[in-house]
Amino acid sequence: MNILRKKSTANLPFSETAIELFIRLCGISSIIFVFGIFFFVFREGAGFLFGGLDLGQFLTSVEWQPTSLNNKRYGAFALIVGTFSVTVLAMCIAVPFGLGAAIFVSEFCSPKLREAFKIIIELLAAIPSVVWGFIGLTLMNQLIITVFKAPIGLTMLNGGIMLALMSVPIIVSIAEDALKAVPDSYREAAEALGATRWQVTYRVLLPAAKNGLLAAVLLGAARSIGETMAVLMATGHSVNIPSGPLSWIRTLTATIAAELGEVARGDEHYQVLFIIGILLFTITFVVNLIADLVIKGIRQEQ
Amino acid sequence: MTTPMQTNSDNGSQNTPVIEISDLKVRYGDSPALNGISFDVYQNEILGIIGPAQSGKTTLLKVINRTLELTPDTTVEGSVKLDGVDIRTIGDVYGLRRRIGMVLPLPVGLPLSIYDNVAFAPRTAGIRAKSELDEIVERCLQQAALWDEVKDRLDSLGTKLSGGQQQRLTIARALSHQPEILCLDEFSIAVDPVTTMRIEEVLKTLQTEMTILLVTNLVQQAKRLANRTAFFLNGDLIEIDTTDVIFSENPSNQATYDYVNGTFG
Repeated sequence: MNILRKKSTANLPFSETAIELFIRLCGISSIIFVFGIFFFVFREGAGFLFGGLDLGQFLTSVEWQPTSLNNKRYGAFALIVGTFSVTVLAMCIAVPFGLGAAIFVSEFCSPKLREAFKIIIELLAAIPSVVWGFIGLTLMNQLIITVFKAPIGLTMLNGGIMLALMSVPIIVSIAEDALKAVPDSYREAAEALGATRWQVTYRVLLPAAKNGLLAAVLLGAARSIGETMAVLMATGHSVNIPSGPLSWIRTLTATIAAELGEVARGDEHYQVLFIIGILLFTITFVVNLIADLVIKGIRQEQ
Repeated sequence: MTTPMQTNSDNGSQNTPVIEISDLKVRYGDSPALNGISFDVYQNEILGIIGPAQSGKTTLLKVINRTLELTPDTTVEGSVKLDGVDIRTIGDVYGLRRRIGMVLPLPVGLPLSIYDNVAFAPRTAGIRAKSELDEIVERCLQQAALWDEVKDRLDSLGTKLSGGQQQRLTIARALSHQPEILCLDEFSIAVDPVTTMRIEEVLKTLQTEMTILLVTNLVQQAKRLANRTAFFLNGDLIEIDTTDVIFSENPSNQATYDYVNGTFG
């Protein structure tokens, strides 16, 4: 008996230390992974980035001719514009719909309907991006040709709609959580002052939940920027500065996906694709940084 | 046995009923909250409502401003008349709520600036002119004895005020739509005694302008403020009478005496 007790008290600090160590490792691993990815992507592209690549041309030229025999050009400007334009278009569609749906689900619909909606929205989030690409390639393609009398339906509009459909579930679920996190006492107090449901939402809940709503929008945007397969299939995948929603475009991500399998490891083209990777990494980093600063700014204001 | 109709002492002397409640029954699902209560509330009186927890005091207030309808699965029978009109026939429920100021137990500063907190109800009612809003905000904060403390920082968040200040802010907010009736639900629960005294002074002044329903856990508060006091117990109105009678040596019901004197149960 005495021995047993001794053992258990001796074990307790050890298990405690072990668990603490494990949890510590889990936390540190996420940092290691991020730095690891950045390090390896950077290492693959660094040689050409600091020796040979004309960075001015890379950022401003629209000529993307990595496989030309006598006139190789690495101008990614059209790709950058492609990524941004399709993301902005997608957000123009997804933000109003996503936030609207979140407000409806959280504030205006009956509890039963809410459960049904949440299941459907989660289902929507689980659809693989290649399926969205397929829908864009077939269904939406035909629809755009019929509706807009366009020669081809694989356009920025097509990709934008697909990206919007993919971002909406993320925006809805995070925004809904943010609205649900607003204490009910705010709703009661505002209702007691004679405010209608919409006035309560507009004047109290939206300001109170603005951090979460902003996070929802930014995560939706991040999803759009990073998405590859759907835009590869739905946007026409053609290097072009878009003149409108019915232009075809090519994005940074789709370029990496389409070309990386075709290049010889280590040559210039290969390295440029990794430099695009660095660029994407930088863009997402900046978006996250801005989000953090904005949220911090809002907090300080409060 | 005392009849609910009593002559009022003190300042609440006009015998005009503002609220007439008859045979009001409320149930949450299957559990009853109010079992058929009837009484009148008179113009410009302070009616103290006392009683232990679960006796239906808060429910009563929620019936009057019809926020009980926001709670699912509730049944209300009987009638509540405001100025002779059954409140359930009032189509504009938001208009009804603006006629009644409500102060809840825990102060709820809306996550807006102090100014916007007080201007909230006027704005929802459609007042847009800055000068008019300014005037309302200053008047209400003055009335709630908060103006001097916050006049230089009307733009800072209402939720950053101390508990007592926030409760005065909610009172200012409740006054902002110039209600005919002010309902206070255990307003002093999160407020220090000194601030409670200040708010009590405020209420005495406000009485000249409106009718006040004061739900309170502090029986002494009812004794200090109320013209009449109602004693609720388990959803029944045990007794309603002038405060002097309720707190005397011989109220009509023994339970009232026990509760008021702290020998209950």
